Amino acid sequence: MKIVACIKQVPDSAAKVVAQDGQVSWGDAPLVINPWDEFAVEAALQQKEAHGGEVIAVSMGGESAKEALKHALAMGCDSAILVSDPALAGVDTQGTAKVLAAAIQKVGGVDLAFFGRQAIDGDAGITPAQTARVLGWPMLGLSAVIKVDGGKVTVERSIEEGRQTVSAEAPAVLSVVKDFGEPRYPSFMGIRKASRADIPAWTLADLGISAPAPVVAWPELMNPPSREVACEFITGGSPAEIAEKLADKIIAEKVL
Amino acid sequence: MDFDLNGEQRMWQKAVHDFVAAEVKPKAREVDETAEFNWAAVKKMGPLGLLGLNAPEEFGGAGVDAVSAAIAIEELGWGCGSTALAIAAHNGLGSAPIARFGSEAQKKKFLEPVATGRGKLAALALTEPGAGSDLQGGVTTKAVKDGDEWAINGTKMWCTNASIADYIITLVRTDPAGGSHSLSMVIVPTDAPGLHIAPAEKKMGLKGSPTHAVTYDNVRVPLENLLGEEGRGLHQTLTTLDGGRISIGALSVGLAQAAFEAAVDYSHQRATFGKPIAHHQAIQWMIAEAAMNIEVARTMVHKAAWLKEQGRPFTREAAIAKTFATEMAETVCRNAIQIHGGYGYSREYPVERIYRDARLMTIGEGTSEVNRIVIARHYLD
Repeated sequence: MKIVACIKQVPDSAAKVVAQDGQVSWGDAPLVINPWDEFAVEAALQQKEAHGGEVIAVSMGGESAKEALKHALAMGCDSAILVSDPALAGVDTQGTAKVLAAAIQKVGGVDLAFFGRQAIDGDAGITPAQTARVLGWPMLGLSAVIKVDGGKVTVERSIEEGRQTVSAEAPAVLSVVKDFGEPRYPSFMGIRKASRADIPAWTLADLGISAPAPVVAWPELMNPPSREVACEFITGGSPAEIAEKLADKIIAEKVL
Repeated sequence: MDFDLNGEQRMWQKAVHDFVAAEVKPKAREVDETAEFNWAAVKKMGPLGLLGLNAPEEFGGAGVDAVSAAIAIEELGWGCGSTALAIAAHNGLGSAPIARFGSEAQKKKFLEPVATGRGKLAALALTEPGAGSDLQGGVTTKAVKDGDEWAINGTKMWCTNASIADYIITLVRTDPAGGSHSLSMVIVPTDAPGLHIAPAEKKMGLKGSPTHAVTYDNVRVPLENLLGEEGRGLHQTLTTLDGGRISIGALSVGLAQAAFEAAVDYSHQRATFGKPIAHHQAIQWMIAEAAMNIEVARTMVHKAAWLKEQGRPFTREAAIAKTFATEMAETVCRNAIQIHGGYGYSREYPVERIYRDARLMTIGEGTSEVNRIVIARHYLD
């Protein structure tokens, strides 16, 4: 089975993301593999372990995204491909989907393409479905349990109403949710391999497509209004006195 | 000169750090309070390579370079002193002698199960009630050849991991005449009849790393369990301890780093005289002292590890790294408590635990005093 795991490099979840001079900035916070995509890599690796074949990690991004791909390699992916082109700066999700679809087609013979449910930076969660649309493949979103039998893929979707079982014929696109199970840690063998890996970078020319025209624009970026938080230490001669003062304040502030 | 970690070392550091942050550090307080070993985390360490740092790849180990091994122990120390000590002893003391001096058969039989995490851990028993720093003259545990077996009798003290190990490498006297060639190492499975592992010692810190007295009451093991050469036990021990010292130095850097981070955090939260205590010079001096000392200790640990990796002599550097890093960690933890004030003395905050954990480091695997002798000999002999 030939499996692609699509991953994105994002700012660490501890990063303080702010709008600055019309740009989104996360300061010097480290960049990591999107945590949701680790579930996609885990799901892809489990399918390979069950049915044989190979897992290819694919990411669209700058040169630094190779670090996220190396994480996927350290987890056990067989190879990795970076799609990188200056013309792709600031591309929207639909453009991303067109590029990833082209990359999946260039890889060729792919049976399954795995995505995380969403990326923690944009939080749109629609790139997987858009990629399926471009490829003309069925979309099995929010998968928590995945079974592949011959050419048929059956998943349990984790949705607000509960679980829903759906199936489709491969090739298919799947997005994976947390309920799937904890992603594995990198192994030392994987780290050794990843640190020596030579990751090819494909440009738009390599994919044979031109830069996708944006359909979404961001006319303005602003920070949410900041909340004023004040901290006051209540002192007193005895615990009873402190408690009384606290109770008065809670009532005065209409907390209770 | 090149002070950068290479690509593999950087990835390794991040992978171990993330693992420790998720699986080890959150359990450190519980491990200390219940004195229960964190098997849940240790069972996940096999694929990451933390159980086979020194073991070659063909025996399921990671076979990492000495700097990577030091990095891993530092990260573990940053997470939990108890777990770090157990893993450091497992790798540096229990596994390294077999990796270095063992036969292929011994590596297959003893090293592979513990390096992959399929088995339990490994331990080394040197110290006795009357023998610590003076092993050559003090060891009384003896092994006598009887047919195709060694018959072992005696008592060992302060054996880290004994109750959570598959085997204990035991330093025994094989020549009653004494002298520097009278000791040998023998591998003793922990299920051998006659081997008694006493209940865990009650200690000041490192409570989640079990330490035991071990009694050998006519324990019988096959002759092929001799590790390395007969009569070379003392030499093999001293070589092993050189590596162990780098490890204890690295562990101490990790402990200090954790206390330092806690102190920095707290200094931003706590306000006195109308401003966070981080704005007071008295606090800044302690933070600066800690930062300087941690940085210097880490650099020395890495230098000693790098020399070891190059195959060059590193006894002096390992002794310097261990002595400096362990004493530094005590001071950094002491000041981290000072920065926390009364709360620092409370179990509500991690620094008192780290302080108790750090206290062993100037004693185990060669006291500060013995290490100073080692260092001084390089200049005076």
